[in-house]
Parts: sequence; C-alpha cells; structure tokens
Amino acid sequence: MADRAIMKGNEALAEAALRAGCRFFSGYPITPQTEVLEYLSWRMNEVGGDMIQTEDELTGLHMLLGASLGGARVLSTSAGPGFALFHEGLSYLCECEAPSVLVDVQRLGGGCGGISASQGDYEEVVHGGGNGDSQYIVLTPASVQEEVDLVQEAYELAEKYRNPVVIMTDAIIGQMMEGVTLPDMKEHDINKFDWAYKPLGANDTHGIQKAGWPSTGYDVYGPYRLKKFKDMHDNEQRWENVQVKDADVVCVAYGISSRVCKEAVKKARAKGVKLGLIRLITAWPFPEKAFAEINPNVKGLLVVEMSLKGQMVPDVKLATKCNLPVYTYLSCDVVPDSDMVVETAEAIIAGTAEEV
Amino acid sequence: MLKEIICAGFGGQGIITTGILISYCAFETGSQFTWYPSYGSEMRGGTANCTIKISDEEIASPLAKDIDILVGMSGPAIDKFIDSLRPGGYLFVNSSLVTGRTYREDINVVEVDTEELAKEADNPKGANMVMIGALVKHTGIMTLEGCGEAINKYFTEHGKAKFNEANQRALKIGYEKC
Repeated sequence: MADRAIMKGNEALAEAALRAGCRFFSGYPITPQTEVLEYLSWRMNEVGGDMIQTEDELTGLHMLLGASLGGARVLSTSAGPGFALFHEGLSYLCECEAPSVLVDVQRLGGGCGGISASQGDYEEVVHGGGNGDSQYIVLTPASVQEEVDLVQEAYELAEKYRNPVVIMTDAIIGQMMEGVTLPDMKEHDINKFDWAYKPLGANDTHGIQKAGWPSTGYDVYGPYRLKKFKDMHDNEQRWENVQVKDADVVCVAYGISSRVCKEAVKKARAKGVKLGLIRLITAWPFPEKAFAEINPNVKGLLVVEMSLKGQMVPDVKLATKCNLPVYTYLSCDVVPDSDMVVETAEAIIAGTAEEV
Repeated sequence: MLKEIICAGFGGQGIITTGILISYCAFETGSQFTWYPSYGSEMRGGTANCTIKISDEEIASPLAKDIDILVGMSGPAIDKFIDSLRPGGYLFVNSSLVTGRTYREDINVVEVDTEELAKEADNPKGANMVMIGALVKHTGIMTLEGCGEAINKYFTEHGKAKFNEANQRALKIGYEKC
C-alpha cells in the first residue's frame, strides 16, 4: 500500500502498529474503534501476524500478556466500556513489565453509554490502571498523522521502560479521515530480549525464563519500580505550547478539543485577545514542565474538555501548585466550539467567569 | 479559504464514497482536508451523510458549522441540512430522485439528473461521478483535471483501474452538462 494515503484514524493506527513490527492483536470490537479489528482482520494476514477476536476484552488482554512476554510487539484497542474490562489485564501487564501498546478510543457516557465522541475517560485511563501500583505512559494524539507517529513512539517507550503504553484518543480522531504519511515497514525481532519467554532448547530441562515479580523479592522490587516511575515522569513529558509566553489566558486541552483551541488562539489573537494553548501529548506523565513557559502574569488557565467533570482540572491545579485560577469550558456530545473558547477567555479577562 | 461540504442521502447511494473521493481530490491537489462520517446504527435505506472540510490551512474540528456546499442525493437528506446551508452556498440536488421542490432564494441551486447523465456517459453506476463533475464546475473548489487525475489514482490504487475510463466520462458529462 502507498506510503502517503488518506485514512481513518482507526485504520491509520492499525497500519502504523503493523509498520512498527506489531504482529499480534487480541481484543474485541466496540464502536468507535471497530475499524481497527476490521482492518487487521485482513491486513494482519498479509504481514504474517496473528489477529484474534476473543470472546471479550478480558481474555484479549490476557492473551496479549502471553504474546508480549514472548517478546512480540502487541496491540489491543477498545473504547470506554471495554477499557473498563482492560484494567485487570492492564495491572498484570504493568506487574509483569510487558511492553505492550493499548488504545482507548473514547466514547460518550458511563456504563454502556453511547457511541458518540467524548473525552470522559481521562480519569479512568490516566489515573486508573487496575490494582496495585500500576502506572503507564498515556499518549494523546490530536490528528490522524499524530496517531501514526505516536504508535511508533509508543512501542519504543514500552520497550525502553518494559511497561505498557496507552494511546488515549477519541471517536472523532478515530473516525475521521485525514492525509497521512506512513513510515516504512519495520521487522521486530521477538528474540531480542533477554527477559522474554523462549521455547525449550534441545538440551534444556527448564526453558522458560522467570518473568515478572516478585521473583527477586519486594526489597528489590520497591526501589526498582520507584526509579522506573520517576524516570518515566521526569523524562517523558510531552506537550506543544502555542503562544503562551505573553498570553492572558492559556487553554489546556488534548485530542479533538486541542484542535479547536488552536483555532481559538488564532481567532482570539486576530481580535487582540491574548490567548495561548498548552496541548498535552502525554496525559501521564502530565506535562508539568509546559507550565513553566507561560506568562507569569497570566490571568487564568482554561481547561477545555469534552467531559462534564473537568477531569483534567486536578492535574492542572497540581502542575501549577494551585497558584493560578483555573476555569473550564466543558461539553457533552458536541465538539467544543472555538468561538465559545474565545468568549470564555474574554470573560476570564473581564473577571466575569467563575473559577473552579 | 475553508470550505465545508456535506454529502447526504440514503444509505447505499454511495454517499460515504462520494465524500471520500472529494477528500482524495483535495488531498491530491495539495489541500488540507478532514472527512467525518455519520456512524453507528445506520442501515441500508436509512440516512447517510459525511462532512468534508477543505482548506489551505490546518483544520480544527472536522464537523461543519456553516455549510458552503450541500450535496443532497435524497429528499430527507436535503430537509435535514438545508437550514444549515449558509446564504450564498450551493445546493446540488439529485433531480433523478428529487423534483418539484422550491428552495430558499438566498442559495444557489444546481439540479443534476445524475442517473440520466450517468447512462448517457455509458456508466450507469456513475451517478456520484456526475455529481462530483457538477460540483467542481460550479464551486471551483478544484480543477476538473486535478480531480480527474485523483479519481483515477484512487481507483487504480484500490485495484479498480478498469473503471477509470467510465469514471472520467461521467465526471466530464457532469461538468459539461450541469
């Protein structure tokens, strides 16, 4: 297939995973991520990998755990209701240090919810992760091209830290088509890791290597994990700052909302309103360092999110040590509107907006 | 310049594909674009629509706010979106199916007898190509030549190069006769 194409976010993500050397997928379809399975159902065969539709998400993740511990590059994807079922497996993936890549294509509502777009899984994905001290990196693409780029990066990060990486996207980015440039096809050597399970050799009496914890005891586990979390936190914060240095109001957003905010910055600046944007590329680690670059006299931060709770607000307050007033523009079922972002920013500057 | 286009009609009329082809033409002629479908519990015979935005700059939301161009392949589809068409915008009506209507006076209405013209082009399945030809002519969002090349490339890449000649005939007839 061509290296330059028009693709849906879900399909581009699937193709990008294959091109990063992913040869194993296990999971279950759910709107709005079903195109990933649909695409892989024919494409995975072409590249000689295995794609298995399991009976549910739980089984999918446990199968994935096995493949990952065998050294393969693996993928599973879901939406909120399925991602809720991922958490048991995700905790195992973290505990077994399985370098896997998972995706949440967020959709609206709790429980089974609806199928339209949302950013209501922030808390579930960013601060969830199942029982125990499970922690993983969360990447938040804002375009089809960025889905492609971040999938490649996700596998690198997963192997760098021997840890799962989650891509948190949404129904809009997953369903929409844009033009993409795809990377070259990479082959991944599943025998390159010394920690991975290997087949029994001719003279081996015991061929399976010990993977996971606490084979070395918790006295080693504790400091080791602590260092891993700190390294991920300190080294892997990613963000894009747009005109924050002189801004009177700075939006904080990710994914589809951040695209709208970027447009709002242009519209606001055109009428003399100094608006800026911090766009998250990682939601964990939260890009605290991005806030060091903003105007020290900024009048407020504006969280723009397709959720009703303002799920990102606590992270924004912590990143700024509660030193700056935080406001929200939240939406349900509809993509935030750039004119409304500008209006809210104007209200913040005029002192008529309500802090959260 | 941002253009917002909605293609709408019955499920099975090739609405989604028409939108993809317009998007591909924009992509191949060097524009930015987004394409967004109505998705979910749709069915054959029900409504189908997709939104295309074309611009020379980065596009924010892929959803439309003020529609510049509405491609209406069925009556209910036109009813659903006509109020969102901005004054001075274009409505392309599939007059093989939708006739005898009066429309808002502040918009440009182009009636396209897609089925008859597709037959005339000896491509009875080319109704959508006819429509794209008419759209290119009246809106000028891209050149006929650029669009024709892009459509050939798209079909060739999808292993359907055998339809290229018939597609070009339908595209041209839509451009010339509407």
